[in-house]
Amino acid sequence: MGNVNINKLDISYDTTFILNQLDLSIEDGEFIVLLGPSGCGKSTLLNAIGGLIDTSGGSIHFDGKDVTWTDPKDRGIGMVFQSYALYPTMTVEKNMSFGLRIAGVEKKIIQEKVNWAAKLLQLEPLLKRKPSALSGGQRQRVAIGRALVRDASIYLFDEPLSNLDAKLRAELRLEIKKLHQKLKSTMIYVTHDQIEALTLADRIAVMKDGIIQQLDTPYNVYNKPANLFVATFLGSPGMNCLEGRLSKKGGGITFISSDILIDVSDYQFINSPMEGQKVTLGVRPENIVVRGGCEQAKNVFSGMIELVEPMGSETLIWSKFSANQTLSHCVNSDQIFTKGDSVQVQIEVTKCSVFDTETGFRI
Amino acid sequence: MLSISPTNLKFASKRASSIQMQWGRIGIYGFLLVTALFFLLPLYVMLVTSFKELDEIRLSSIFALPQDVSWDYWKVAWSSACTGLECNGLQVGFWNSVQILIPSVIISVMFGAINGYALSFWKIKGANILFACLLLGAFIPYQVFIYPLIRVYAEIGIYGTLTGVVVSHVIFGMPIMTLLFRNYYSTLPIELFNAARIDGAGFFKVFFIIMLPMSTPIIIVAVIMQVTNIWNDFLIGLVFAGNDNLPMTVQLNNIVNTTTGERAYNVNMAATILTSLVPLIIYVASGRWFVRGIASGSVKG
Amino acid sequence: MNVIAIQMHFKRNLLAYIAALPMALTVFVAYMGTMFWSVRLSFSSSRMLPKNDFVGFVQYERLFNTSRWISSLENLLLIAFLFLVICFVLGFLLSIFIDQKIKAESFFRTVFLFPYAMSFIVTGLVWQWIFNPQLGVQKTVQALGWDSFQFDWIVNPDMVLYTVVIAAVWQGAGLVMALLLAGLRGIDEDLWKATKIDGIPAWRVYISIILPMLRPMIITTVVLLSISIIKMYDVVVAMTGGGPGVASEVPAKFIMDNLFERANIGIATAASTVMLTTILCLIAPFIYSNYIKKQGR
Repeated sequence: MGNVNINKLDISYDTTFILNQLDLSIEDGEFIVLLGPSGCGKSTLLNAIGGLIDTSGGSIHFDGKDVTWTDPKDRGIGMVFQSYALYPTMTVEKNMSFGLRIAGVEKKIIQEKVNWAAKLLQLEPLLKRKPSALSGGQRQRVAIGRALVRDASIYLFDEPLSNLDAKLRAELRLEIKKLHQKLKSTMIYVTHDQIEALTLADRIAVMKDGIIQQLDTPYNVYNKPANLFVATFLGSPGMNCLEGRLSKKGGGITFISSDILIDVSDYQFINSPMEGQKVTLGVRPENIVVRGGCEQAKNVFSGMIELVEPMGSETLIWSKFSANQTLSHCVNSDQIFTKGDSVQVQIEVTKCSVFDTETGFRI
Repeated sequence: MLSISPTNLKFASKRASSIQMQWGRIGIYGFLLVTALFFLLPLYVMLVTSFKELDEIRLSSIFALPQDVSWDYWKVAWSSACTGLECNGLQVGFWNSVQILIPSVIISVMFGAINGYALSFWKIKGANILFACLLLGAFIPYQVFIYPLIRVYAEIGIYGTLTGVVVSHVIFGMPIMTLLFRNYYSTLPIELFNAARIDGAGFFKVFFIIMLPMSTPIIIVAVIMQVTNIWNDFLIGLVFAGNDNLPMTVQLNNIVNTTTGERAYNVNMAATILTSLVPLIIYVASGRWFVRGIASGSVKG
Repeated sequence: MNVIAIQMHFKRNLLAYIAALPMALTVFVAYMGTMFWSVRLSFSSSRMLPKNDFVGFVQYERLFNTSRWISSLENLLLIAFLFLVICFVLGFLLSIFIDQKIKAESFFRTVFLFPYAMSFIVTGLVWQWIFNPQLGVQKTVQALGWDSFQFDWIVNPDMVLYTVVIAAVWQGAGLVMALLLAGLRGIDEDLWKATKIDGIPAWRVYISIILPMLRPMIITTVVLLSISIIKMYDVVVAMTGGGPGVASEVPAKFIMDNLFERANIGIATAASTVMLTTILCLIAPFIYSNYIKKQGR
């Protein structure tokens, strides 16, 4: 079992709060990713769950049992670190078995478990080597193996792939995902890499300033961001943000920026908008699509291409639609565009996000 | 008209600068050699004089080579030179120094390692202030502590004993040893410590199984520093050792300053070389390790 | 933090606190305790035996009316000034020259640093012999035929301090060299390329760019040297014994003499309190900025 319940957790150094009254509950078997910029408190939260730092208030429960002050070793957790944290003086085998040896587990059982984990992670040929004789990817696999051997119900990952190069990162990401599907244990994973978060997580907790901004599925976090921070933090290339106000005149609802009018009647508002409300309209580049010909459709604009950035599978284009509105939008890389061309695009309003400019919340 | 092309100009100036550079090299080597002679001079004087007969010393220059090499004065210095009424030579001081050195080095390095480990990895309240006070202690002249310490030692019965000197060396070596290990351990990732904690290792298991095996380089530096510092110590030995345990440096000073008749410069210089032999051998053998020690923030008493 | 959090913190870190106990004892008993005791005694009328009375600044008045103490302070100032300047200039020059990709670099480094491994007693004794007019340089030059040659600094009250400075420089210059050389080696090669492209002469680069970059090293060096000078005791005992007269008396030796030979605890502790205060003013900001602020985790 691996339920985690965090209740009004406070963590502070001296007088500054790193985490303030944080609540989070995680289901058994769930893969949760804590995502956020550096200094947002995500690693602090993970360390608190692991029992590696003292809490100043609140509680942490595993399966209904209060573990707020339980020693790390008695929490039934395994942890993988960014710098691998392998014991440099021990062989791979000794590294993996260290915890069990300290716990005084029988030799035969230790052997079995190490072999099981080594097989799972293809570490068998490396068992007698020292960490210094391994590559970065191998080291991280050993570190994962060390966590697995501990027979934990909750696994903690602290930016495990950050020290690896892009290719290895993708490989190991896949391996971790397979591992989760095979073991079905709870995994809590800290990262600042949104691709890792989106690909791995059942739910993502986006954090900033020690507060969870949004806790939701990858789809919702990306497509229905709860506030401006989440909206702009996710997505690469980033979201276009247009500032303006709403007008309810003439039946529908219109978004009015300085010299652009966008009909947002089809947008699903959570809270009914007010006349004249100052809002920020967030449009992802992929939701501005190029329209050929002279179709008569809503929200079609024509602009002039200022910059073309080929990104491989697609091309990012920066086009100027009015004196002070330059938006980025994606096109298929097959289509050839050059600077100075004029282009006609449609903004897909249903896929946009509207935020109250003052509070930053989605409306 | 371009009578002097830019390339020509450049060429000329390059040649001039290469001549300048050659003179510069000569100047550098000249300066280094002269300074090296100044630094080696005392060693040379001690060495040649220790082989000369007294008459020869009186008649010839202190810088002249000895007429014939005789180890007699070294033997006298070692086994029969006099300090006051006793004439057992420096060997007494040597063995005293060894007896002081071994426990002092072992205990002070051990304390330094544990302190440094506790300070870098464990969250001890007030640790920073404690450490600052400890460091401050390294800079304060021993004269401030000496009198009260004598009283305390006398009270618990270790004044003038081997234990007393060893305790003093541990106390006064603690700041630099702690600093050395603290700085070393703070370069290790805290994740290593966290991993060991999750694996269930407690305070001492993390230290002995994980940290200590990784500490070989800094232990070598610490041992080199402590051996040199303790061997070279004069003040602590003089004040706390008591007459039966006087270290070699104190005895050397006594031998040299014992005035009975003509000064036996040859014996004295042999005795001086003998006393500095241990740190010299360590220095030459350890090479860069020694420099690493000072570079890591040395404080010499 | 609430009470439970504090209780649990101590429970979880109990062994760490126990392990830190010897350190705490050293600081509170061996350092602080004895320090306050010394300061306390300096305000009593203690002479041969310690007394518990309180006489205000009487011992300090006596101290500063003692000409030997005054001259020991003056001597220390002169020695410290000369020692710092010479040691620093010599050490810096040596480190620059050694950094010029010279041959036999490790030989030179070894030679310049070996005196630092010697005890002060050995240093004092050997230079005493070299300066000894009947034995050393003066005798050698006279034997060469220059009968009127005089080099009697060590027995000349006006000059004896310079001999102490020479011995101390011999011992300490290598330290400056080693520390600054480490600093020079840490300077990025690209910086040299940049100054070459800008056409700045080497001496100018050293003074205007390198020296300011080495500031932390230089501060460390100056502090280490200053401390060793304030603590200076062994070398004077071995070399001159404070003489001739009181011409090379230093504070550390003054205190030891009053403590042991003259049995004058009051004056000795007053003098040590003066030294303590000086050091504290000199060192506290250094310790704070160098060891606490920077390296705390």
